[in-house]
Amino acid sequence: MTETFTPPTRFAVPGRISVSNRAAGVWQNATITEIRRETPHAATFRLAVPDWQGHLPGQHLMLRLTAGDGYVAQRHYSIASAPDASGHVELTLDHVEGGEVSGWFHTVARPGDRLEVRGPLSGFFAWPGDRPALLIGAGSGVVPLMSMVRHHRARGLSVPLRLLVSARGPEELIYAREYGAETTPVFTRSAPYGVPVGRMAAAHVVPLLADQPPGGWEAYVCGSNGFAEHASRLLVAAGQPVERIRIERFG
Amino acid sequence: MNVTRGFTGRPRVDDPGLPPGQYDAGDDWPVLSAEVTPELAPADWTFRVDGLVEEPRTWNWEQARGLPDSVYEGDIHCVTSWSKFGVRFGGVSLDAFLHVVRPHVAATHAVAYSHTGYTTNLPLADLTGGRAWIAWEYDGQPLAPEHGGPARLLVPHLYFWKSAKWIAGIRLLDHDEPGFWEQNGYHARGNPWEEQRYSGD
Repeated sequence: MTETFTPPTRFAVPGRISVSNRAAGVWQNATITEIRRETPHAATFRLAVPDWQGHLPGQHLMLRLTAGDGYVAQRHYSIASAPDASGHVELTLDHVEGGEVSGWFHTVARPGDRLEVRGPLSGFFAWPGDRPALLIGAGSGVVPLMSMVRHHRARGLSVPLRLLVSARGPEELIYAREYGAETTPVFTRSAPYGVPVGRMAAAHVVPLLADQPPGGWEAYVCGSNGFAEHASRLLVAAGQPVERIRIERFG
Repeated sequence: MNVTRGFTGRPRVDDPGLPPGQYDAGDDWPVLSAEVTPELAPADWTFRVDGLVEEPRTWNWEQARGLPDSVYEGDIHCVTSWSKFGVRFGGVSLDAFLHVVRPHVAATHAVAYSHTGYTTNLPLADLTGGRAWIAWEYDGQPLAPEHGGPARLLVPHLYFWKSAKWIAGIRLLDHDEPGFWEQNGYHARGNPWEEQRYSGD
């Protein structure tokens, strides 16, 4: 193990999660095997990656598309599926206005199409399923968190897990049919009858921190930078230690 | 070459300033820090240079601001594949700090660290010769907290994770020690022109 310098600081970043970086260096062929619509703006793309070496919930991959003239576009995407032995991974992508990669996925892609991926990448936002996890996401920021929820279910884990997920309205809530008692949706523009409309607030976060499992929560926040700033401030104000807040900002 | 059916991509721009695999983010400036943005006032900010140097030294805000101004005008490149053209940062050249502490000849590498505890490693040669800054202004305004204000390291010729936000110090070493992202699989140097994104690239 390489020696590493630890700076003296007032604040702190969360500790690292050790993962294998063995697979990160190699581009692998992937084939789209299934496309499922999630919301009017988001769809899930299931990829067969025969040489996939497995991942931890919360990790991402890099994906690249190649045009006929050799032009390449590459992007990072969070993995939505739980780790399993199927040789497949799933990505859920928003259709970004003018997005050259997400645009291809949403308007051109069909099962059988081939592309390339490398990964999994980065251990920072990974959740091995070992500690209680408090997950807070907005929009497609729920994608890596859903990998954690699915992992929790697939393995029948007993470690506490809660998900707060913000969406504009019920029709924009990705994975709506999959959520169970662990999840509280927050609707910012429109909500089913009887459900309040409004931004995620202290009222959502404080009860979860007032009723912490033994040893406390590991917090995972994912979404736009604006949402991540807002949600991480709510967590800090409610008493969550900064060194136990991991943030993945989409940008 | 593995051509993706039906993929054409953006109109090709023959831009010699765009490193391979990058795209022009235009007016966007994505924020990708992995930790909570710290509430760090200029009065609480300090910057230390130590390790293999003759005279370790800590500067406070006023002392650092008293060093000669230096401006970087140019481009920045993020490993997540956006580049941003024509940015303007104001601050002080890192050479001005190193001139005071006088690095030992044995110093070959450095770990830059943040007030959050974030770390990143760099060859010392990438921090000298007018190629690195401590920056506190962006486009003539104080650097925003989410972009590393009150002050960040700026090493624009490398991928931007090397430009540590909320910079707290630089320790000079006679060997390379991987920093935060480098321990998470990212490249030790991060030269965008050679696409050194991940270890092994």
